[in-house]
Amino acid sequence: MMVEIYNGPLDVKAIFADWLEEGMERNWGAFIPFIGIVREESGIEALSFDIYEPILDSWFNDWQAKAQAKGAILKMAHSRGDVPVHTSSYMSAVFSPKRRVALELIDEFVEDFKANAPIWKYDIVDGKRVYAEDRSTPMSGAGLMSKKD
Amino acid sequence: MVKIEFLGPIAKASISIEANSLRDVALYLQEDSGLSAWLDKLAIAVNDTMVCDLDHVLKDGDKISLLPPVCGG
Repeated sequence: MMVEIYNGPLDVKAIFADWLEEGMERNWGAFIPFIGIVREESGIEALSFDIYEPILDSWFNDWQAKAQAKGAILKMAHSRGDVPVHTSSYMSAVFSPKRRVALELIDEFVEDFKANAPIWKYDIVDGKRVYAEDRSTPMSGAGLMSKKD
Repeated sequence: MVKIEFLGPIAKASISIEANSLRDVALYLQEDSGLSAWLDKLAIAVNDTMVCDLDHVLKDGDKISLLPPVCGG
């Protein structure tokens, strides 16, 4: 199962409906979706995203294996390119037989997504695309190239 | 030759260099003053697998990706 990548804002209702239908056909006890929405702040018109898919997929597959070891599965969708304020750029969800597993997984998964998924965010201000450097986090293991010995 | 690609906001075209290990790549990049602000924040992948070992041996045709700080969602 791969990450679903869409150009521009996510069609939240359609994606949610697909996931819900998939879940209802199986015997899950809990379905916890997380929907990220672009806030209007600091004069931005939109956010914009670059994604490096090969590593995003391997990162996601590692998480899927962790989820499956607990009897759960993960879903994720993300935007590429520009996403206007008040629309969605990110959705994820956990399906699990048990509530507690799902609540814990969605928390851990979304936090690690912010820290280690290879996605770069830009603000669109006055039509310009500016890297959101102050909100970005070096990935695990960063800094190797600055070492001298 | 190995290929080095700069991902996301690092506005730089891919380059090819001779390198036997990631240590050689680090020494090469440290010579580039345009990258000095990035170096301590970059994560590294070789052929799309994350690597944390400077002694990682490289072979001809390897792809090294430099990943700057991320922020999804």
